Amino acid sequence: MALPSCQQCALRRALCSTTVPTRHCRAAVIRGYLTAAVSLLTKMAELGAGSLLTGDPAFSYQEHELNERLKRLYPAVNEEETPLPRSWSPKDKYSYIGLSQNNLRVHYKGHGKNHKDAASVRATHPIPAACGIYYFEVKIVSKGRDGYMGIGLSAQGVNMNRLPGWDKHSYGYHGDDGHSFCSSGTGQPYGPTFTTGDVIGCCVNLINNTCFYTKNGHSLGNNLMKNDLRPNLYPTVGLQTPGEIVDANFGQQPFVFDIEDYMSEWRAKIHSMIARFPIGERLGDWQSVLQNMVSSYLVHHGYCATAMAFSRATETMIQEDQTSIKNRQRIQKLVLAGRVGEAIDATQQLYPGLLEHNPNLLFMLKCRQFVEMVNGTDSEVRCFSVHSPKSQDSYPGSPNLSPRHGATNAHLHSTGADSPTCSNGVTPTNKNKSHNKYTGVSSASSSPSSSPSSVNYSESNSTDSTKSQPHSATSNQETSDSEMEIEAEHYSNGVTESSARIMNGTYKHQEILQADDSSVGNGVADDSCSSRQLCGGNQAATERMIQFGRELQALSEQLCRQYGKNATHKKMLQDAFSLLAYSDPWNCPVGQQLDPMQREAICSALNSAILESQNLPKQPPLMLALGQATECVQLMARVRSGSCSFARVDNFLH
Amino acid sequence: MRNDGRPIPTLEVSAAQQQIHLHTFFILQEVTATSRHYVDRLFDPDPQNVLQGVIDMKNAVIGNNKQKANLIVLGAVPRLLYLLQQSSSSLELRTECAVVLGSLAMGTENNIKSLVDCHIIPALLQGLLCSDLIFIEACLRCLRTVFISPVTPVQLLYTDPTVIPHLMSLLSRSRHTKEYITQIFAHCCKTPEHQTVLFNHSAIQNIAPLLISPSDKVRMQALKCFSVLAYENTQVSMTLVNVLVDGEQLSQVFVRMMQRDKPIEMQLTAAKCLTYMCRAGAIRTDDNCIILKTLPCLVRMCSKERLLEERVEGAETLAYLMEPDVELQRIASFTDHLVSMLADYFKYPSSVSAITDIKRLDHDLKHAHELRQAAFKLYASLGSNDEDIRKKITETENMMDRIVSGLSESSIKVRLAAVRCLHSLSRSVQQLRTSFHDHAVWKPLMKLLQNAPDEVLVMASSTLCNLLLEFSPSKEPILDSGVIELLCSLTQSDSPALRVNGIWALMNMAFQADQKVKVEIVRALGTEQLFRLLSDPDTNVLMKTLGLLRNLLSTRPHIDQIMSSHGKQIMQAVTLILEGEHSIEVKEQTLCILANIADGNTAKELIMTNDDMLQKIKYYMGHSNVKLQLAATFCISNLIWNEEDGSQERQDKLKDMGFVDILHKLTQASDPNLCDRAKTAMQQYLA
Repeated sequence: MALPSCQQCALRRALCSTTVPTRHCRAAVIRGYLTAAVSLLTKMAELGAGSLLTGDPAFSYQEHELNERLKRLYPAVNEEETPLPRSWSPKDKYSYIGLSQNNLRVHYKGHGKNHKDAASVRATHPIPAACGIYYFEVKIVSKGRDGYMGIGLSAQGVNMNRLPGWDKHSYGYHGDDGHSFCSSGTGQPYGPTFTTGDVIGCCVNLINNTCFYTKNGHSLGNNLMKNDLRPNLYPTVGLQTPGEIVDANFGQQPFVFDIEDYMSEWRAKIHSMIARFPIGERLGDWQSVLQNMVSSYLVHHGYCATAMAFSRATETMIQEDQTSIKNRQRIQKLVLAGRVGEAIDATQQLYPGLLEHNPNLLFMLKCRQFVEMVNGTDSEVRCFSVHSPKSQDSYPGSPNLSPRHGATNAHLHSTGADSPTCSNGVTPTNKNKSHNKYTGVSSASSSPSSSPSSVNYSESNSTDSTKSQPHSATSNQETSDSEMEIEAEHYSNGVTESSARIMNGTYKHQEILQADDSSVGNGVADDSCSSRQLCGGNQAATERMIQFGRELQALSEQLCRQYGKNATHKKMLQDAFSLLAYSDPWNCPVGQQLDPMQREAICSALNSAILESQNLPKQPPLMLALGQATECVQLMARVRSGSCSFARVDNFLH
Repeated sequence: MRNDGRPIPTLEVSAAQQQIHLHTFFILQEVTATSRHYVDRLFDPDPQNVLQGVIDMKNAVIGNNKQKANLIVLGAVPRLLYLLQQSSSSLELRTECAVVLGSLAMGTENNIKSLVDCHIIPALLQGLLCSDLIFIEACLRCLRTVFISPVTPVQLLYTDPTVIPHLMSLLSRSRHTKEYITQIFAHCCKTPEHQTVLFNHSAIQNIAPLLISPSDKVRMQALKCFSVLAYENTQVSMTLVNVLVDGEQLSQVFVRMMQRDKPIEMQLTAAKCLTYMCRAGAIRTDDNCIILKTLPCLVRMCSKERLLEERVEGAETLAYLMEPDVELQRIASFTDHLVSMLADYFKYPSSVSAITDIKRLDHDLKHAHELRQAAFKLYASLGSNDEDIRKKITETENMMDRIVSGLSESSIKVRLAAVRCLHSLSRSVQQLRTSFHDHAVWKPLMKLLQNAPDEVLVMASSTLCNLLLEFSPSKEPILDSGVIELLCSLTQSDSPALRVNGIWALMNMAFQADQKVKVEIVRALGTEQLFRLLSDPDTNVLMKTLGLLRNLLSTRPHIDQIMSSHGKQIMQAVTLILEGEHSIEVKEQTLCILANIADGNTAKELIMTNDDMLQKIKYYMGHSNVKLQLAATFCISNLIWNEEDGSQERQDKLKDMGFVDILHKLTQASDPNLCDRAKTAMQQYLA
């Protein structure tokens, strides 16, 4: 993964060398950051896409293949907005047309005396511009009496008692004479004739607004019309004499013509156009803009030391005060570690008035705190469980067990640096890996800890308290700092978009809540499973939780009185309380809440609120730029600029 | 540049110019002085100083052609080579020497010439025997630069037979050795002998894995190697189809390299490889990798978006690919409007380029000839079989005019290609009747025939053969332009192809011709030449000559007239051929001539009075080959035909000679034609 390795690289450079990195190196670092940050978005998009495909259990093989192929050919198309043509429309056809075989086969059933008996059918949907390049094929099953068949495109509303191409806003390639008709009753000599057994394809290029046909996999060359194609054209076929039968292939089967090869050429063209976009003399400006973006991104998420190292290397300024960054970093870490109560306290202490002015945020935080109490991670319940020997098993991530020093330390870092998945959402393989590792560690060190784990824990994650940490005291400040940064990275890598979607999960969370994963994932660790009890299994803690629940209920009622009913709050509260209804909250319908990933949204919201209160942007400019680019590409699709298909943001995030 | 400090003006120049001249001279002189310093340091007794000197020289020559030329003039090369070859030199010094030499080679062609003259190639090849990779790479880099220059004789790579195997063994040493060695091979494989040498040293097995190298350059050079190895080489091509690269067939690897997002050079070269393999018969023409991949790829190379060089190569390769296969010609003819796309090849230099910039004009001019000849070649290939395609070609804008002007272009390559194109189109009866006549293509064609190299003559005369076909409206004007003398002179050529075409054209001309034309042909050719042609070692020439005789000996008055003046010689020639060792076709043709003679009024007697000839006819009537039997029977049938003077005597004589028995036997023949013919002949007796 580029992010950690680049970060380390940047750090190393900042620490070891005094020279300013060359422009190239700097560019590489920036690219690294950009890449890492925005690849999260991609991941999200993929998750979203994946869910679309599930559902219907009676998924025929052909439909599955069709979906796969369409997805591959037209990744930029949002089918919820602009569905792709998948069959002929039984509604949008002339009466002389008969449809069969899932509306893919078209046959002529009129008299076929003359051209007045011509009949056409359109596909169910127009071709979305976001396709960039669209293609479909038609196989001539039978040429019938005279083979007066036309294959092409037409707009909604064009007379269906005609062959495609004869009328305005329609285009067609005709089998009897091989002519191409472009909105005119007289055709232009275009290609060979076609007949029974031939496969005719029609390709629409929405980038340069041209269209060409293919015969048996051979491109017949561009149509003479240029920049003439109307938007929202439908695949269309027209027949005119009895016995004519054609079958459409909208992607149900592999195409005879290698359309993907053609697309790859255009993709390469557009990419090189983007790569060669002239920036002229603004090179310097661009560089400083990029540096600021990276720097502000780092600052936003509280990667304090990295941000400092970066600003030293690139000679950029950081607006925010360093302590402020560190404060935010500390609060974020608390939230991500599940110690929401402490986070609330810290926020109230450092940013008085903030939560008072944001009752919704406070409520969210409190709800989370309740969930964490159930989880046994919040400090209000943890203080009860320190004496329980089992708690050691529950918190294998506490610092004396945490592989931050010694042999495993290197391993941890190298994993962070090499594995492309570690900061990019959790993948199953990664999960298993960290599992086994931590299960091993936890069982090996079940001896009672001498120091209160809560203290240890807090210190390990807080730069402020390094002095009291015996382990860290021995190491020099810089090393500790850098390790901290790397670890911090694992913790607070979560990024939210305006839509407040959670951007990723990190394996560090698993480390903390390793017990959960192992029982759900592979059931290796029986002991950790049994150790997972409500509020860590402590009676006093449970009581405290119940009391806290009442307070929360009261707060909800108070808010309700003050600001009126809030459905979101109600739901949140309900969900949180529901956890208590199950004997094993981790393994229940609402158990999802206990997942440490859920902390990221609230963490991000709190961070944004703090920044806003300091008159700083609540979103890092990098994410704004990325969001804007993504929006722009979507807008391009809406205004029918076909090149959007090959200029997708995720094409540039590696 | 002379070093005696005195400029020698060769022309009277104006004062201003002279000043410039002097100015540059002084600069040069300064440069020469510093250059001398570099060379002097190569002779320093302290090896450390020498090394530093070479390193400084390296830095001084980079990108400086003047400096390079100076150092060469000052004799740096032999010294560098000496240092490079000395085993006492440190490896570092030897490497630096190779690097400097490589840099010098990067200069002008003159630099390369000087380096080659100093025997740099054997010295560097010797250097490859060293074990140090860095040094080897430096030597290879320099060798590469020298060998890819057009001024270096490629033969130098093959003089020492140990070189190629050694290069093969070095191939896999590093990314650079791979790149340089494959590049050397790709440039130095120019003849079938070179191909064989490389093939015998396992070039294919050694280079194939490089096709999936992570380095773009290595892949590209490896691909080029295969294209030059496979060109017109069946052995290589047949081996290539069975090669697997990482479990994948080589042809599939090439197909992947033709994908549209790959660099154009790679697509084009991969298409060449597959084309050569296909032409060598290693891949069928109906294989998908040819029909759906190679052919469309080559058509794309002809598009306006490609560079002029790429369009030339694309068109030439495509022409070569589909030359023998009508199906490929048909597919290509409708792919991406190829026929009209090619019309654009004739629009260089365009009127726009002339106005916009000189550089562009220069570039266009340079490629204009190449473009035109490539287009003509491709048209020729496209139209070689299919009538519809020929029609499409001739209907392309100004096509016939372009051919006509192409026929008289100064460039031989264009003239040859134009006449090839014309020849291909001349196979169309319809075009001969229409566009060929409308555009009077015979005129430039005749002009071309007056004075042209043999290869052009072969094509032009072959085209003329078609233009002289009986139904061609151009036949008359061509006859009037004194073509007979020209064709007769062609029959005396040393080239069998020209002799065939000459006699073939005469044969076509004599078909159903006027008496006057026939007499003129016989007169111009002369019986002596005619009989010389009848003993031509080339069967084709013999066949066409017999064909000419047969055409001359048609319609009774002509037969009698010619036989009366040349009867004796003709009968002699016929006897000779029938007695000689000839193919069935030749003998059949000869018997047909005899049958024609037998059709004459007076000419008949030449056979009737020649018992030996009659015995021969009898022999062929009983031959095991039906065609010969048929022709001989035809001859007899003509001799005994009723309603002609003296038919009774001839019938009697032949009956006495036992022909009737033979005819009777032949009426029972299994071949229906022969049977009919015999029956018809027998009826003459019955009547």
